[in-house]
Amino acid sequence: MKIAVCIKRVPDMEGRFKINASGTGIDEAGLKFDMSDFDGYAAEVAIQITEKLGAGEVTVISLGPDVVQESLRKALSMGAHRAVQLKHDAPVSDGLAIASALAAELKDGGYDLVMCGRMAVDTQNRSVGIFIAELLGLPVISAISQLNVEGGLVKARRELEGAYELIECPLPAVVTIDEGIARARYPSLKGIMAAKKKPLDVKPAQLGAVTYALEKMELPAERAAGRIIGEGKDAVPELVRLLKEEAKVL
Amino acid sequence: MANVLAFSETRLGELRRAGLETVTAARQVADATGGQVHAVLVGAPGVAQHAAKLAAHGADVVLVMEHDAFTHYNPEAVTATLAARLGSGYRAAFFAASAMGHDLVARVAAKMKLAYASDVTEFTLSGDSVAVAHPGYTNKIVQRFVLKATPALISLRAGAVLPAESAKAGTVETLTPAVEPASVRVKVTLTEKAAGGKIDLGEAPVIVAGGRGLKEAANFALVEALAAAFGNAAVGATRAVTDDGWRPHSDQIGQTGRLVSPDLYVACGISGAIQHLAGMRTSKTIVAINKDKEAPIFKAADYGIVGDVMEVLPVLTEAVKAARAGA
Repeated sequence: MKIAVCIKRVPDMEGRFKINASGTGIDEAGLKFDMSDFDGYAAEVAIQITEKLGAGEVTVISLGPDVVQESLRKALSMGAHRAVQLKHDAPVSDGLAIASALAAELKDGGYDLVMCGRMAVDTQNRSVGIFIAELLGLPVISAISQLNVEGGLVKARRELEGAYELIECPLPAVVTIDEGIARARYPSLKGIMAAKKKPLDVKPAQLGAVTYALEKMELPAERAAGRIIGEGKDAVPELVRLLKEEAKVL
Repeated sequence: MANVLAFSETRLGELRRAGLETVTAARQVADATGGQVHAVLVGAPGVAQHAAKLAAHGADVVLVMEHDAFTHYNPEAVTATLAARLGSGYRAAFFAASAMGHDLVARVAAKMKLAYASDVTEFTLSGDSVAVAHPGYTNKIVQRFVLKATPALISLRAGAVLPAESAKAGTVETLTPAVEPASVRVKVTLTEKAAGGKIDLGEAPVIVAGGRGLKEAANFALVEALAAAFGNAAVGATRAVTDDGWRPHSDQIGQTGRLVSPDLYVACGISGAIQHLAGMRTSKTIVAINKDKEAPIFKAADYGIVGDVMEVLPVLTEAVKAARAGA
């Protein structure tokens, strides 16, 4: 089983963000970075599949400047087998352009399964996995919370609003990963040492045409500071009064 | 002529509220362009019964595609059909920012090699383009895009447009699947409602959510009792709680879970980690009940009570019942 996992390096969401001078990006000074949460789940699921089979190979791929090698090395230290950086230095927010570059790399790789997170936690576009599938002509199941690969079939579960559905499709396929399936493991010291010897290829990214552009980023209006209205159950009557008379939600 | 398409989501034969929101949004754009609203209904035979409701919300035409193979969501057949239809010339197309809508709008965009905007909170038609706002960075940043391609493909966040009536003819036309619906690669074999027939988090006007402060899974009964007292509330949870298996992952509110903005959000025993705040900070009114007066949730909350949720919740539940009975 050959599995490819596409990962994106994103800022740590605990940080306080500032908009940079261009108005279309964030000021990266002082921020920590890591792979996007869902991409970490995808890497974990892929590694678990090859561990369970005792065979197969996980390739992690990331598009961006050289700093994305940090995220690729982390995935290697979790247990992925090899990594590819699709080098591109300028920021790019166009999902189709990014998916084109990833699809060009994946096309002749002989992968049985391509995995992505269901969205990057920074741009929140949810597009790349599905775009890759279309470009490669593969079936895709998005935002899955359970995955079984058996007998040449992908069997998955997707959470809906107040419901769920079970979905299947034949391999080779693309899946995008949601909550509930796995958490990315912490790399062991042994894993970190082993990762240093694993192959990390750097290739130029063959970006597709850009179809849209980010015009502006803004910080949303701050919430007005709230107030503590009291302690313990004695504060309940005042809360109910405020919900009725001030907030008018009761 | 600049018609606008609205995908009206159904599930197991029922029309979802999101299906009316997309029609209302499409009506707003069509009124500006002078075009018509074409609403799309897909489902098992019988789904056409919802056409009248779509007409009441502003659909000039209701395109109905019925087939047994549409009992469940059929992404590939619906995508092929919508892409072909949209290729015949539409100004914009609206989908819900739901699990189905997110999947479908991306597939249609991929098929048509077009950009799209997901989870849109605002949209403005200006000349040849549509400007949209789309939250990013766990909702800490608003990203503004301009979609220049036609049609502009948009998935609309729940509640960004509220269903509004605007009666139109709603002429029913049959939409023919562009591919044989039974011979697709991706097949949904089961669609099942979560236990209890609960109100969905994305649609509930009130959400009562619980965190680790509840100490154990059984104490979620207190959260459920308060939700029941409101009568129109859904129950949510933090990631810590769903990771521990106290609640299903589908109840998780936060950065990696559901993003919600109800009229009232009651956070019970929730400290307010950034992961959680990302999913609920846009709620209109936030109430926090927590033992630790330094907990970050109190910075996000309009009204805070410092106290033990186990002690406060039963009293609050009775008070809400009394207030509703008196109203």
